[in-house]
Amino acid sequence: MELSEIIDIVKAKLVAGNANGVVIEKGFSSDLMSDVLTIDTEKILLITGTCNVQAIRTAEMADIQCILLVRGKKANPDMIKIANENKMVILETSLSMFNTVGRLYQVGLKPVY
Amino acid sequence: MVTLKFNIEGGNFSKAGYASSQVKKTLKQLNIHQSLIKNIVVALYEAEVNIVAHAYKGTIQVDIAPTDVSMLVSDEGPGIENIDLAMQEGFSTASAEVRQMGFGAGMGLPNIKKNVDEMYIDTVVGKGTSLKLKKMLNNV
Repeated sequence: MELSEIIDIVKAKLVAGNANGVVIEKGFSSDLMSDVLTIDTEKILLITGTCNVQAIRTAEMADIQCILLVRGKKANPDMIKIANENKMVILETSLSMFNTVGRLYQVGLKPVY
Repeated sequence: MVTLKFNIEGGNFSKAGYASSQVKKTLKQLNIHQSLIKNIVVALYEAEVNIVAHAYKGTIQVDIAPTDVSMLVSDEGPGIENIDLAMQEGFSTASAEVRQMGFGAGMGLPNIKKNVDEMYIDTVVGKGTSLKLKKMLNNV
C-alpha cells in the first residue's frame, strides 16, 4: 500500500520526511517500545501513541521507516530532527488508535502476526 | 578492529539511544549485513535504555572485529537482585516514568539474549551491573 493512501485514509499530517513512493506492507500498533523491538519484519508502519524521542529511536533500531502518531499527539522538534537525520517519515492523526488501525486493516494493510 | 566508547547518563531519556544510533551508523559503514546490524543495535539499545532507566551512570564499549562484535555495557546502579526473575518475560522493576516512555514491560533482558550469541551478566546489588554481549558476524 502506498504511504500516500494511508495518509488519506487516516487524514494524517506529514511532519517529517517524504512520503513519495514509500510502500508499506504491514502495520504494527503498540505504545510499548519493548514490544516493537521484538519484531523483525521490514517495510512496516509503526502506529503508536507514545510520543517521545524513544519512539523514534526504537523505530531507528528496528529498521522502521514510518511512524504514525495517533490520538492527536504532536511530534516534538527533537523527534523530527532524529527522524530527518535517519530519513524517516513521521505522520500525525487526531484519530484514536482503534479507529486508525480499523480503517487501515479494512483497506488491506496486513498485520505483522 | 574498530572500538567505540560512550558514557551514558542515568535518567536522561532524551539522550537514550544516541550511542546505539552511532554504533548502527558505524556498522552500516562497515557493510555488515542488515539483519546482523538490527540484532546488534536492538540488543545494545535495550541495554542502553536499561542504564538510563535503572542506573546512575554507565559506559558502553563496542569492539567490532572481522568475526564478531563484542559489547560491554557497565553501570553504577542498584544491580539486579534476582537474575532469573529479570530474565523472565514480563518481570520488571521499572518506575512509572520509565513505563511512560514505552519501556519497563519486562522484555529487555530476554530480548537482548534473543538477539546475540553470547550474554553474560555480572551484577552486585547496590553497586552495579555489567553485561557482556557477543554477536558473531559469520552466520547470516
